[in-house]
Amino acid sequence: MTDSNHIQGRIDWITVGFYVLFVGLGWLNIYSAVYSPDAPLAFSDPAFYNSNAGKQLVWIGTSFVLIICILVIDFRFFESFALFIYLGLLLLLIAVPFLGVTINGSHSWFKFGSVTIQPAEFAKTATALLLAKYLNDPLVNLTKFPFQWKAALIIGIPMVLIIGSNETGSALVFASFMILLYREGLPGAYPALFIGGIVLFVSALLVQAWIILLVLVILAGLLVLFMPIYMQRDPKTYLRLSGAIAGIMTLALLVDWVVNNVLKEHQRNRIRVLIDPGFDPRGLGYQVTQSKIAIGSGGFWGKGFLGGTQTKFDFVPEQSTDMVFCTIGEEHGFVGVLLMIIFFLGFLWRLMYLADLQRSRFARAYGFGLVGILFFHFLVNIGMTIGLMPIMGIPLPFFSYGGSSLWSFTILLFIFLKLDSHRSDMLSR
Amino acid sequence: MFSQRRNLIFLFFGIVGLLFIGKLFFLQVIDDTYEKAADNNAIRKIIQIPFRGEVYDRYGKLIVYNTPVYDLYMIPRKAVVKDTNHFCRVFRVTKEYFIKTTQRARAYSRVKPSLFLKHLSKEDFASVQDAMVDFPGFFFETNAFRTYQSHSFSNALGYVAEISPTALEDQKDDYYRQGDYVGISGIESFYEETLRGQRGVKYRMVNSNGVEKGDYKNGSLNINPISGNNLYTSIDLAIQEYADSLMQHKVGSLVAIEPSTGEILAMVSAPSYDASQLTGNNFSKYYQQLALDPMKPLLNRPPSAYYRPGSTFKLVQALVGQQLGFIGPGTVFSHAGAPVKCHGHGPVDLRGAIRVSCNPYFYHAFRKMIYDNTTGDTYERSAKGLQRWADLVANFGFGRKLGVDLGNEKKGILPNVEYYNSVYKGEKMWKFSNIYSISIGEGEIVVSPLKMANLAAIIANRGWYIPPHVVKGVGLQKSIDPFYKTPVKVGVESKYFNVVIDGMEDAVTHGTVEADGRIPDIKMVGKTGTSQNQKGKDHSIFIAFAPRDNPKIAIAVFVENAGFGGSAAAPIASLVVEKYLKRKVDRKAVETKFMNMNYLPNAYSVVRKKAAPDSTKK
Repeated sequence: MTDSNHIQGRIDWITVGFYVLFVGLGWLNIYSAVYSPDAPLAFSDPAFYNSNAGKQLVWIGTSFVLIICILVIDFRFFESFALFIYLGLLLLLIAVPFLGVTINGSHSWFKFGSVTIQPAEFAKTATALLLAKYLNDPLVNLTKFPFQWKAALIIGIPMVLIIGSNETGSALVFASFMILLYREGLPGAYPALFIGGIVLFVSALLVQAWIILLVLVILAGLLVLFMPIYMQRDPKTYLRLSGAIAGIMTLALLVDWVVNNVLKEHQRNRIRVLIDPGFDPRGLGYQVTQSKIAIGSGGFWGKGFLGGTQTKFDFVPEQSTDMVFCTIGEEHGFVGVLLMIIFFLGFLWRLMYLADLQRSRFARAYGFGLVGILFFHFLVNIGMTIGLMPIMGIPLPFFSYGGSSLWSFTILLFIFLKLDSHRSDMLSR
Repeated sequence: MFSQRRNLIFLFFGIVGLLFIGKLFFLQVIDDTYEKAADNNAIRKIIQIPFRGEVYDRYGKLIVYNTPVYDLYMIPRKAVVKDTNHFCRVFRVTKEYFIKTTQRARAYSRVKPSLFLKHLSKEDFASVQDAMVDFPGFFFETNAFRTYQSHSFSNALGYVAEISPTALEDQKDDYYRQGDYVGISGIESFYEETLRGQRGVKYRMVNSNGVEKGDYKNGSLNINPISGNNLYTSIDLAIQEYADSLMQHKVGSLVAIEPSTGEILAMVSAPSYDASQLTGNNFSKYYQQLALDPMKPLLNRPPSAYYRPGSTFKLVQALVGQQLGFIGPGTVFSHAGAPVKCHGHGPVDLRGAIRVSCNPYFYHAFRKMIYDNTTGDTYERSAKGLQRWADLVANFGFGRKLGVDLGNEKKGILPNVEYYNSVYKGEKMWKFSNIYSISIGEGEIVVSPLKMANLAAIIANRGWYIPPHVVKGVGLQKSIDPFYKTPVKVGVESKYFNVVIDGMEDAVTHGTVEADGRIPDIKMVGKTGTSQNQKGKDHSIFIAFAPRDNPKIAIAVFVENAGFGGSAAAPIASLVVEKYLKRKVDRKAVETKFMNMNYLPNAYSVVRKKAAPDSTKK
């Protein structure tokens, strides 16, 4: 097997650098969020290790242990055991409603002593692994429906189980596998339809139905007017266009029905808060309002490290977990968030670059699965703190407080780095 | 295969990134509402109200001070009352009150303190102390009340009360907030900025539950409260209380001034009120009662009430007439040709005219003053003469404010040319025959009791006065505005005062003052006045000073609807003078008589006849 020097030589230190940077900055933000000017805790104080910052320090330490473990495991293990890992996670997801405990209203945690673990966080990794293994078969062609269907099944089963334990946010993360599938050959129509569906959903909530109808009719008119050469100007085309408009309109009208009848009250309210920022600022809109106040009050340069008043004094709920971006926004201002976004996108670019270098389809697909998951968290987490996304319990990778979250992202990332370090050992099949 | 898709994917990532950056730029750089919202969120401005200054009398006796009172607050989330009946018994509240207040507090906030019970006394506070362990979530905060050592002097002291909505809006420097206490009348109002001290401000950071988390910017913006300056008044509390007791069952005023300094020794407004009841929980009930009282107990009469001076004004006429050169000690006028009646005596000289308060004498004297100029017709001559006269009389403080350090001082009216021009709607529309009433202090002239006490001081000083004032020292340095140190000359030479003072002495010893108004062993000189008013019995007025040589006290007493000056006002004045100069009163019978004398029925009959009290004639 490989010795440690071997790994060191091949591991991508740029990615590791990003990881260390994010985890380090993340810890400083958590420290700032829980920092109390009245009673600053010393590192030597045992009470420090009961605070979020202290606990996160423990999580970070254990993450390094995890990293070592991943790096010493044979790289072939992940591909070979992908199915077992996946099935194991499914078992845990099934068991959690019976054996788990409830934290913050979601019954999806396992408790081992003082350590709580959320299997849903790790299900992403397992799904990415199995999906990558499935795609590693050169016969799998995602332009064909049976393969699409099987891939959807791999994604769908854990998703349904997670929705069952009331973690809709975590379940939505699985939508990010669209990026993996797209990269591996899924026709562009799928992501286009997906994004189009979201646009339709949002516009159905924001504007009156007749406006959507108007826009669709105008679009159809333009399409007919500047008709591409391969389309025929015959009644069939007009019929199809009309049918498409009618279908889209039905969907748009369905949105209201879905919002009012299918979604649960708290989900409905989150959407209401999203489309109307002034809605109930003390109650349902409190979190978004406070989050925007915290970020907005940071100004251009920010209030300085430990200088934030909003995040420090608990105005923003979940400030060190899901809302940790508020602390960055408040204390480091626009400059801080700009750098953070640039760094994060740079990190994603680096990962995609590495993924495309992979010889094995397994490693590449896994790499894009990783990128998709990270991006989805980035999109939703930052989006919800600035009022562009509905509030969902989704952490900011590496920055947010929480053992499950940090461990799962660390495992997710370092499995890829381990695979990447052996890319020359792998045969492209 | 599909490797170009990486770029498409990253394009999508980049668009999302740009969208976020744009939104963040808007939130953080362009829109500044969030910054303000954050400050409102996390920084709590705590106003610390310092103790108001105390008030002392001229000998250092405490008149007004502050008593701590205790306000009971509750934090609904922490408040657990197991036995409501027990709680209600301890705090002496009804169960309905408990339920209502608790609900209101809960509706306001579950975690922030709400006021539960206002103004518990030290005794109440002590009695519930032991029981407090049974009631978590309840705590006390101290506050302060004005406390009055004496029931006397209330009108001049004024009172403090919550600032009115109009005053709140009219304030210039935005100092007061709703619910703040502010001096309403008297010296509490006049010295408001001295008494209130400097309010402290603390900027505290609070968390989302409203729990304090330390000083904002390490307290660098905090301002410590500075307690208000004490006021050292010139009031002689013993005399004040004595004068108060004499003025009970009467409507009127009594003002005593030390002539050499202008310091007010006593100032009674009757009827008065009990200032100690105008604090705390009693305030609104008691205030309502006082405001509706037809006798207007809240009015501080000495500087604010309007009276005609009546015959006391003849002293001014005698002085001005001499200064203008129209009369002298030897000038004699007969009664012939005067439209005013006399009390049945022969022609008198100036001294005699003052002694018997001869109306025709002062009619003729005023006629000479008005008409003795050579040009023009009677109208023009009247105007010229009146202007010359009014200019000199104004020096005595008539028709303008003396500048006493009390709120609500009224100017009064000194009719001059402009005044009559406006009354008769034009120049040359009036002449002496229209205005002669003012020769004897009737007609259009209107004064306040304070002005008349000041007149007594002017005569005692033979030609000058120091603006009367209640406060002789402010704060530790006992500093005082130089205005209250500077003598004001009235423009009448001191030699002209001799005959007037002689006449005033005669008035007391064998003139208009009745026997009750004479002090056997003190040479008090004075002048009675009987002020006519259309609405009821005459007002009884007396001004005096004593002793005649080296005067120590000048006094004016107004008793409404009590008839002749010599019979009601003069004896009361004499008792106060005697008490002040000898520190005791030997004439017990007179004292008892006037303490019990009740002129209220007269006053009430006036009120019944007219809606407004007659004392305020405009």
